[in-house]
Amino acid sequence: MAAMAAALRGVGGRFRWWTPAVAGGVRGAAQGAVAGQRDYDLLVIGGGSGGLACAKEAAQLGRKVAVVDYVEPSPRGTRWGLGGTCVNVGCIPKKLMHQAALLGGLIRDAPHYGWEVAQPVPHDWRKMAEAVQNHVKSLNWGHRVQLHDRKVKYFNVKAGFVDEHTVRGVAKGGKEILLSADHIVIATGGRPRYPAHIEGALEYGITSDDIFWLKESPGKTLVVGASYVALECAGFLTGIGLDTTVMMRSIPLRGFDQQMSSLVTEHMASHGTRFLRGCTPSQVRRLPDGQLQVTWEDRTTGKEGTGTFNTVLWAVGRAPDTRSLNLEKAGVDTSPNTQKILVDSREATSVPHIYAIGDVVEGRPELTPTAVMAGRLLAQRLFGGSSDLMDYDKVSSLAGRRLQPGEAESEASSSGVPTTVFTPLEYGCVGLSEEEAVSRHGQERVEVYHAHYKPLEFTVPGRDASQCYVKMVCLREPPQLVLGLHFLGPNAGEVTQGFALGIKCGASYVQVMQTVGIHPTCSEEIVKLRISKRSGLDPTVTGC
Amino acid sequence: RGPMAAALRGVGRRFRWWNAGRGGRGGRRGARPGQRDYDLLVIGGGSGGLACAKEAAQLGRKVAVVDYVEPSPRGTRWGLGGTCVNVGCIPKKLMHQAALLGGLIRDAPHYGWEVAQPVLHDWRKMAEAVQNHVKSLNWGHRVQLHDRKVKYFNVKAGFVDEHTVRGVAKGGKEILLSADHIVIATGGRPRYPAHIEGALEYGITTGAADVALECAGFLTGIGLDTTVMMRSIPLRGFDQQMSSLVTEHMASHGTRFLRGCTPSQVRRLPDGQLQVTWEDRTTGKEGTGTFNTVLWAVGRAPDTRSLNLEKAGVDTSPNTQKILVDSREATSVPHIYAIGDVVEGRPELTPTAVMAGRLLAQRLFGGSSDLMDYDKVPTTVFTPLEYGCVGLSEEEAVSRHGQERVEVYHAHYKPLEFTVPGRDASQCYVKMVCLREPPQLVLGLHFLGPNAGEVTQGFALGIKCGASYVQVMQTVGIHPTCSEEIVKLRISKRSG
Repeated sequence: MAAMAAALRGVGGRFRWWTPAVAGGVRGAAQGAVAGQRDYDLLVIGGGSGGLACAKEAAQLGRKVAVVDYVEPSPRGTRWGLGGTCVNVGCIPKKLMHQAALLGGLIRDAPHYGWEVAQPVPHDWRKMAEAVQNHVKSLNWGHRVQLHDRKVKYFNVKAGFVDEHTVRGVAKGGKEILLSADHIVIATGGRPRYPAHIEGALEYGITSDDIFWLKESPGKTLVVGASYVALECAGFLTGIGLDTTVMMRSIPLRGFDQQMSSLVTEHMASHGTRFLRGCTPSQVRRLPDGQLQVTWEDRTTGKEGTGTFNTVLWAVGRAPDTRSLNLEKAGVDTSPNTQKILVDSREATSVPHIYAIGDVVEGRPELTPTAVMAGRLLAQRLFGGSSDLMDYDKVSSLAGRRLQPGEAESEASSSGVPTTVFTPLEYGCVGLSEEEAVSRHGQERVEVYHAHYKPLEFTVPGRDASQCYVKMVCLREPPQLVLGLHFLGPNAGEVTQGFALGIKCGASYVQVMQTVGIHPTCSEEIVKLRISKRSGLDPTVTGC
Repeated sequence: RGPMAAALRGVGRRFRWWNAGRGGRGGRRGARPGQRDYDLLVIGGGSGGLACAKEAAQLGRKVAVVDYVEPSPRGTRWGLGGTCVNVGCIPKKLMHQAALLGGLIRDAPHYGWEVAQPVLHDWRKMAEAVQNHVKSLNWGHRVQLHDRKVKYFNVKAGFVDEHTVRGVAKGGKEILLSADHIVIATGGRPRYPAHIEGALEYGITTGAADVALECAGFLTGIGLDTTVMMRSIPLRGFDQQMSSLVTEHMASHGTRFLRGCTPSQVRRLPDGQLQVTWEDRTTGKEGTGTFNTVLWAVGRAPDTRSLNLEKAGVDTSPNTQKILVDSREATSVPHIYAIGDVVEGRPELTPTAVMAGRLLAQRLFGGSSDLMDYDKVPTTVFTPLEYGCVGLSEEEAVSRHGQERVEVYHAHYKPLEFTVPGRDASQCYVKMVCLREPPQLVLGLHFLGPNAGEVTQGFALGIKCGASYVQVMQTVGIHPTCSEEIVKLRISKRSG
């Protein structure tokens, strides 16, 4: 073991071995190492968006920091580098594949704008995937370099608590290391769930952990689920020309505004994505030719259906990555329902010097920017003398609510935190959904302004703009405080961001109307919203 | 005159002939209130005029719009809707989109699309599509006026007296229209540099300096050899650091720049090409070059000459010939108003004209007292890399508040979509100009990158609501977007 320790010391710098026996995890009592003698001021478990932001901020404040990160391969064997979900199997590859799909539509537009492109243009999955994967790998490397530059120690080990100040790391080859720290931040995020009860699901299906790393085209694909992950994946698969079906048990984008969600799926359906609504899969079998035969129950008719696909992608929710952490050794409490970690407004767990941020935490939006901001603010409070709390805004009122598995994504949509679903027609939102506004304030106290608009760029190629729609949910009483904004159209993320600032600053409908538009854009439709639903007038925008 | 009037009456409904001799400010009037043809007469069917007319009609008033497009020196004419619809924002943005598609087509193979390169561009096809769209908008405006029972006369208007306007139709037919309130919204037209030999004869035009760069940008983008000649700095009045980045980006994408040069002559060569001679003001040397087209974008002049404003007593600026108005958009004649590009000191932007026109109608006929707020108007220049801004430029902030009281946060960023095709993002840049004193009120925002217009709009609301740097930092980003770079701005210029 001495040799092993020496070897690891070469990579990982100074650390100490502790006998697990000293631990015991009695909260606030015996500690594995005495303060001032511990290896690090801060140990971050999980090298994703939140963990890295927290670690880097702490290092910048002059503290001694370590990050441990380890990617357990997916059931299909997919693995990746430093950076967490967003960089490797989330936002980044998703948005790039979304961009690839958008380009498909723009190539079809191009001849209308005078470009002599011979149609149809075929798509090569391998070329796209390689380019996307290369970019992700460059980001993995970038994160390594950033940690190194800021003198943050990085250990590629799987972490589990030994006691409330000590973590055991196990490297790929089984080598072990003990790390102690005054403060520990858990930021291990989550992983996609498999519907373990469905025969063949685990054996033949893949998840979003795999789709972006496939070397070969997934071919004809069945996406199971109604989450934003399901719709985004189905959207870009359809967009690059693959035969794609979405199977959902009930409503799409639960927790998001339901009128907007319906428009999202309506747009997808009109652009070639097939939908099997009210259906639940019961079995996946591999046929002799290698195709996957899926059997499902149509819950409306009670009948059974079957279909064959090349790929079955489960997008039925995510589970927190807490199982292997041995949280009980440290005394960190989790929610019995979700297994997510319980924290207070300072991100502290039931153990005062152990914190948790990001997707692994109960009641937080599963979004990169919130994790980043939470991590940074936490480091500033711990080491920078700050007292600024992360403002989850209206999320806090939801934090106490018990969430159903897979429901977590809905929180963002009903909070002050802006987000965007990168479906083929993008959906950006901030603040309350119409339903939520009505349920909180009552129908009579809510005014909804809305418009169907046509992006200028859609006119020349004759694109259908039936689902380009914007609505603003306001209090009815003057000056009509803006409660929520919902935008469906091109570049929804770009459009929504600034309005999130406006709403944060307490914008009223009156102030929105006083804001001069930028012409010709889609975002100006928001400051031109003059028709309320209550008026019953036609909300179709004409002219300019 | 009888049959002529009858003929027009068929189209134009009831009106009266008035004796032109009775004008004179504030004194005698051509018609008494209640006897005039219209509650509101709008001269000019552009963005501002149409918005004002439609709003007034919606408030139940009797409204007429007169509009007439004097053909350009090259004979170009167009329909109802004004500059924006016909020769401004709309065709420009569509041709900008065409140019952007050129770049996206070059990106496409990196994203797996098997497009054979290079892809050629057909101007005629693009132009026809754009023009067809514009014509559909002309028609749409006609229909909207009709639906709202606003009378439309395709006549050239000139004041007879302060309540009466004479309209002259294409064939020379005349009509007199009287109204209680008159709004002048005739906009402007591009200037020709009349002193340059051959300028008027061989050149064509577009708008001001920002339009020069926009046009050069999309022409380059669709594959044409394009040169911009400028006497001094680009985008005067805009933040100069941003303006430099805009031209730097254009230059790196193939637009040629002749800086510090002024043209002196345009000649047509025997082969039909245009030979342009210019003076390089730095070296004092003369230069020449041949082009197929010379496009003047040296500014715009207000369309006030033929209005006979003196007959109504409406004052204009002696320097600019633009109409002088107060905060209620009223001219020197209380019941005559002016909105849009024809007005002295107003931003030459469609949305400000629209909002001003609408608010004016609401004040006149809707019992409102809301004034148009011309402060912190956002705008976007649709150069190949778009430049969106709202509020003060860095120079202006420093000159108003002093270097020591201003903090500028900035970032060079790389749009995610640029990574896969390996696009250069050297000019993708954002800066926020704030007061230095906490909570650091945001004075101005400047964004250079894709979809700058879409990005900037919402921040304009935030800044209108008095956003501080602290509040911007508390705003959660939307990942991955370019606009999130704004809420992630942590580096100040002062920090180095």
